[in-house]
Amino acid sequence: MAHRNFFSQLNLFVQSKKAGVTIWQYPQFLFLVMGIITIAAILTTYAVGIRYVPEPEIVVLIVLALSAILLIITFTITQSFERLVEANRMKSEFVSIVSHQLRSPLSNLRWSLELLMSGRLGKIEEQQLDYFKILKDNSSRMGELVRDLLIVSRIEQGRVSLKSQEASLPDLIQGVISLSIPFTRASNVEIKFEPKNNLPKIFSDPSQLKLIIENLLDNAIRYIKEKGEVKIILERKDSRFYFEIKDNGVGIPKEDQKYIFQKFFRSSNILKYKTQGTGLGLYITKSLIEKMGGKISFKSEENKGSTFWFSLPIK
Amino acid sequence: MAKILFIEDESAVQKTVGEVLKQEGYEVISALDGEIGLRLAQTNKPDLILLDLILPKLHGLEVLKGLKENEQTKQIPVIVLTNLEDMSDIEKALEIGATTYLVKENYSLEEIVEKVKEALKKFK
Repeated sequence: MAHRNFFSQLNLFVQSKKAGVTIWQYPQFLFLVMGIITIAAILTTYAVGIRYVPEPEIVVLIVLALSAILLIITFTITQSFERLVEANRMKSEFVSIVSHQLRSPLSNLRWSLELLMSGRLGKIEEQQLDYFKILKDNSSRMGELVRDLLIVSRIEQGRVSLKSQEASLPDLIQGVISLSIPFTRASNVEIKFEPKNNLPKIFSDPSQLKLIIENLLDNAIRYIKEKGEVKIILERKDSRFYFEIKDNGVGIPKEDQKYIFQKFFRSSNILKYKTQGTGLGLYITKSLIEKMGGKISFKSEENKGSTFWFSLPIK
Repeated sequence: MAKILFIEDESAVQKTVGEVLKQEGYEVISALDGEIGLRLAQTNKPDLILLDLILPKLHGLEVLKGLKENEQTKQIPVIVLTNLEDMSDIEKALEIGATTYLVKENYSLEEIVEKVKEALKKFK
């Protein structure tokens, strides 16, 4: 385990991902690149200088001057990217700390409301109930945002630990569908789920799988205008599971499609319909699927609907 | 009427959880820090203890250890009620002898009452 950690520390690609920047912004990598450029420049200058300038001392001076300039440039570049990486790390830590701090007050709000709305402390007037409902719904929204932010910061800090358990994907999916029945009924949406027969069990983390499926199903149902239909397919393709969910909702406009997996991104056309939503769901879904060794993609047409699909290894 | 010792420093939690337990007919004794909690457990001999982990004076796990090492209090069922949800805290608490570990975020007041009733029935 220790030597694996050592080599992962040397692997600059892994470290840059952990720091939340691209490899070209990672200071250690830039230092390496600048080092190679500097050595190459010194050697070239020396080789060229020796040919054209008679006095070797002058060549050495030119080479030294060049090295000094390149070193200063290297220093400046790596310094500024060090600051970028540090700022990123502090931002992630800040979000994590604040989200943790928010959980206590949110629990207190939730329980106080539960006590009040239960009627145990006295009857509530019809008019008052409406405003209690607003309190409850909004503190739930805050709770969901805090929960999502904590997942996002765990993903960013590389602290997602995935269990490896045997699970039945069809059962998991059916469970999520059953839980969302009140929502689908209220939204007048019909869900069709057609898993293929004899599918093997998957070795993965069932709670994270549930999160992924819940998120995709929620998106499919939420943005449907009138009578809606959501179709889910689950099948096996070689050594992978293939999951597809198709809806006839409002779809994603072409110009927004490349941003759809970004944090906090919400498409312009849905902001018109439903202003709530954290914009973190797809970022979390994509990160988790890729952590599990899978791939996710989609196709969508505005006003026609979207089809999202992902594949996951069976083991 | 069963006696419940509630060791929790946040007054809002004492009030909400305490109120719903009182409504269910339990006698609720409040302790606002770990030291007082340990002392009251010995003097009052509650039927169940609800224990937060982040406490002033003495950390919840230390309180738990103290309870389980004392002949007079080690039989009392302890339900940990906390915001900490790391696996390591959960394992440690169960190892020292907590009956149940509840993460505040995941439970409604009704559900907490259910867990209290379950524990009391089991350890009658």
